[in-house]
Amino acid sequence: MKKELQEIHDRALETLKSVQQVKDLDEIKVKLLGKKGELTAILKGMKDLTNEERPIIGQLANEVRQDIETKIEEAKAKLAAMEMEHRLSKETIDVTMPGKSGPCGHKHPMSIVIDEITDIFIGMGYSVAEGPEIEKDYYNFEALNIPANHPAKDEQDTFYISGDILLRTQTSPVQVRTMEKGDLPIRVICPGTVYRADEVDATHSPIFHQLEGLVVDKGITMGDLKGALAVFAKELFGEDTKVRFRPHHFPFTEPSAEMDVTCFACGGKGCKVCKGEGYIELLGCGMVHPKVLKMSGIDPDVYSGFAFGMGLERVAMQRYGITDLRLLFENDIKFLKQF
Amino acid sequence: MDISMSWLKDYVDVDADIKDYVEDITLSGSKVEGYEEICKDITGVIVGRVLSIDQHPDADKLVITKIDVAREEPLQIVTGATNLFVGAYVPVATDGAHLAGDVKIKKGKLRGVESNGMLCSVEELGFDRHDFPEAPENGIYIFESEQPLGADVREVMDLLDTTVEFEITSNRPDCFSMVGLARETAATYKKDFKFPEVTVREEADGDINEMISVEIKNSHLCPRYVARVVKDVKIAPSPRWMRKRLRSVGIRPINNIVDITNYVMSELGQPMHAFSIDTIDEHKIIVRNANDGETFNTLDGIERKLDSSMLVIADPNKAVAVAGVMGGANSMITGDTATVLFESANFNGPNVRITAKKLGLRTDASSKFEKGLDPNISRIAVDRAVQLVEMLGCGTVVKGAVDCYPNKRETWQLSYDPEWINGLLGTDISEEEMIDIFERIEIKVNKATRTVTIPTFRPDLEAQADLAEEVARFYGYNKIVPTLAAGTPTVGKKTYSQTIADVIKKAMITNGLCEAMNFTFESPKVFEKLNISEDSDLRKVIKISNPLGEDFSVMRTTTLNGMLNSLSTNYNRRNEEAGLFEIGKVYIPKALPLTELPNEPQKLTIGMYGKMDFFGLKGIVEYLFNVLGMSEKVEYSPENNISWMHPGRTASVSINGESFGYFGELHPAVANNYSIGTRVYIAVLDVEAMIDTACMVSVYKALPKFPAVTRDISMVINENVFVKEIENAIKKKGGKLLEAINLFDVYQGSQIEKGFKSVSYSITFRAPDRTLVDDDVNAVMKKILSTLESELGAILRDK
Repeated sequence: MKKELQEIHDRALETLKSVQQVKDLDEIKVKLLGKKGELTAILKGMKDLTNEERPIIGQLANEVRQDIETKIEEAKAKLAAMEMEHRLSKETIDVTMPGKSGPCGHKHPMSIVIDEITDIFIGMGYSVAEGPEIEKDYYNFEALNIPANHPAKDEQDTFYISGDILLRTQTSPVQVRTMEKGDLPIRVICPGTVYRADEVDATHSPIFHQLEGLVVDKGITMGDLKGALAVFAKELFGEDTKVRFRPHHFPFTEPSAEMDVTCFACGGKGCKVCKGEGYIELLGCGMVHPKVLKMSGIDPDVYSGFAFGMGLERVAMQRYGITDLRLLFENDIKFLKQF
Repeated sequence: MDISMSWLKDYVDVDADIKDYVEDITLSGSKVEGYEEICKDITGVIVGRVLSIDQHPDADKLVITKIDVAREEPLQIVTGATNLFVGAYVPVATDGAHLAGDVKIKKGKLRGVESNGMLCSVEELGFDRHDFPEAPENGIYIFESEQPLGADVREVMDLLDTTVEFEITSNRPDCFSMVGLARETAATYKKDFKFPEVTVREEADGDINEMISVEIKNSHLCPRYVARVVKDVKIAPSPRWMRKRLRSVGIRPINNIVDITNYVMSELGQPMHAFSIDTIDEHKIIVRNANDGETFNTLDGIERKLDSSMLVIADPNKAVAVAGVMGGANSMITGDTATVLFESANFNGPNVRITAKKLGLRTDASSKFEKGLDPNISRIAVDRAVQLVEMLGCGTVVKGAVDCYPNKRETWQLSYDPEWINGLLGTDISEEEMIDIFERIEIKVNKATRTVTIPTFRPDLEAQADLAEEVARFYGYNKIVPTLAAGTPTVGKKTYSQTIADVIKKAMITNGLCEAMNFTFESPKVFEKLNISEDSDLRKVIKISNPLGEDFSVMRTTTLNGMLNSLSTNYNRRNEEAGLFEIGKVYIPKALPLTELPNEPQKLTIGMYGKMDFFGLKGIVEYLFNVLGMSEKVEYSPENNISWMHPGRTASVSINGESFGYFGELHPAVANNYSIGTRVYIAVLDVEAMIDTACMVSVYKALPKFPAVTRDISMVINENVFVKEIENAIKKKGGKLLEAINLFDVYQGSQIEKGFKSVSYSITFRAPDRTLVDDDVNAVMKKILSTLESELGAILRDK
């Protein structure tokens, strides 16, 4: 019996070597180890063995069974791995072929810039205010300390609808409208469309965008103005950005300034983009003129504030390297899809 | 405003490097636009003396010269010049020299004869005969006297200078002058400022009051008029130093008298005018408004039509100048003029500006006057002018001046409070430092009363905030420490409307559309192009009174034109497909002409062509309403009344019976008007209505616990029955168990009778509390089917 068991064992191992498919393995398993299998058949003869032989043969039979089972499982695993490998190699594709894209639209570059700047100021506690584009002379000029016949009125080449109704030349009238509401303190920005009588060319458009900011509270200082705008510039252009403030003149702020930022192209060393200056003009700002506060019903002896405003087309053009402003209004999808 | 750095040194001892100067003066408030170092690039040009002139052997028009340039050997130079003579001192461009216009000189051969450089004209050095009147019209410049041989001509001819261009803001008329910017320079560097010393010898005979009288008829437009008289005038070129200075600040030298007026204008900011006194009838000057329709020939030889808003300088019979703008041909100084009247007047700035604009004649003078000059400079300026006349020896000055100055501009006082100023700036500047700053810009300080006296040339200083700016800019804006405002904390956020607009944008982009931006004013002709009827309200447009042209003359009442132009651009640039959207305003007047501000509602406009059809567009619209949480509230109905849309392929969208927009296919005729040769799909939706209806709050519904049962039905039905009607019938009878209706096929064709269509649905039922059995569903289906048959005449295909 011992010999028979040994023979089954040897034959099983021999057969397993040549097996190619998992289902053949299952057949072998049934044939050798199944209820009607060869091993079972041999073990039926156990009853004829002596008491001394029985445990020895029993143990041997178990060892044979276990070894065959193990070997079958090993062979199975090996075959499965081979089959997987085969399948995977058959399924190889050219991964350099183009992907299938779903619909994907794009924001206008101006919107991207406006949204980004808006988000920065929202993070600093500013709300977003809006106002009409067709505006009263009073809000666009007079309430901003630009009386009739002021040269600034000419400088801005205003489009008029009628005597006292015009297309706003700046987003600043929203400042006045916000202050008139009288909800203090004020921290607002106002992005919007503005109009000036410039002929269309590569760097001019009669319709363009500005973003205005206004803060009014007790004890606001010019240091606060500088602090807020420096944070803004770093957020927009990067941590290494430096700012520079130059005295300037706006009728509605006093003191007034223009803020330059270090040139994004050269980092301040001086290059073509910044005409060698190392700085690029970004925005106008200043402390709200006491007259302007007063006209809007805010007591300049109690409150002070700062305001700032910037043209957004220039920011977008610089950021994206756009050299012709007209591209922004053509809406060619080959252009729009780049952003 | 241009200044000359060499001239500036007359008034302030500035020694900073030009790069530093430009930055320093910019940061103290006078913004430099740029600077130019004149003749910096002219190199290798030295003084030489002609030793010999010999005919070129092979060229009739060339000569061979030997030039002594104080080198071991004289230079041999071949030239075509005809004005040379032996012993002449000339500018010599040596081998490697660099001339104006980026011309480089190299030695070479001319017709076989070696030439080691070039003899120069003033033009080759970048100048002309206005700079050097003694230069020949065509020929080599010849020095009028002996010069050091080999010396750099830039030194010898005094060519070097630096011009700095400033951008002066409108509040600082005083800075439109050399002295104004010198004062700023001195204050910036804490140096002394020297105003020119003005003294006049007055050596001519006569009483000025007998020679000229002045009457101002409109003292509002002419606050001051000063005149002086110069006799024995000899017109000649002015000296080199004056010509150089004028040239450096961008003024072309003409002759001594004209140059003096321009010199004083540049130096003191006061424009002047010089008349020939003999052309003034009765020697009487009248400053008056022009008459409507009065014509006048200005110096430039053009006849100008004047009106009564304009001011003229006149004699009893005729105008002789448009005040502050330009003189007349009739009173012009000529070579024969013996007696000259110098006018130094003050005119109302805005009036000069408007006059110059009306005449289309903006001159150096008008651009100075329009800023609003200090009348107190007029007398000093005219004295300075006649002082220069004496200095240049071009006339003798009659004693005294006629000075009409009805209302003198006086200085004014302001109080200052150092604490308030520091509070505004966020600084800790001492009162002493503030006082020092004030005094440097000629503001007088009374420390005891804390008041300052403002000089009359600084009308911009009206209040304490203005003083704070003066302190800040000389203290240094960049020394103010940046702080983050303490104050009351505020929450930064967008309004609800802005948030919804963002959601709409995002929905559009998710559906593959690109955001467009179009002009908000356009041509009134767009209504024809868009096939908009004559009586449409859309034609009630707000007109711009001073547009850039008809194409930009009305505020849009529809966003379509911009969108279609954009699609047309894409189509004609052969972009296979395009999908655009725009959120933008239209401008709807409440009444015309405008008596109050109009409404500016926002519209969402979608425009597409290419791989697209009606239902593709509808899918986008439905997606939008879905993300806005308003799908359930929106009704779609056919719309055949929009003249620019396809009558059979347009849907109106409404909420509670109120239409808030439409979408569908553009009328092919309109597409054709925009040169788009394919079907165009358009949606226009009112943003306000969507903001009002949107519901952004989601409420969780429990997930189903029991399985659903689905039944498919197919029916043949009259083609005029809308699927919406079928769905309404199914919904009505489906009751609580009905979960979803899904249209999966609509067919018209050979197997279906003409005028009918086959419509197939799969209908899903579910109960929240049990598993449905056939009997439940059969009962409901029976009701549905019989309604479809009885109410809509449907014939069910496979029951």
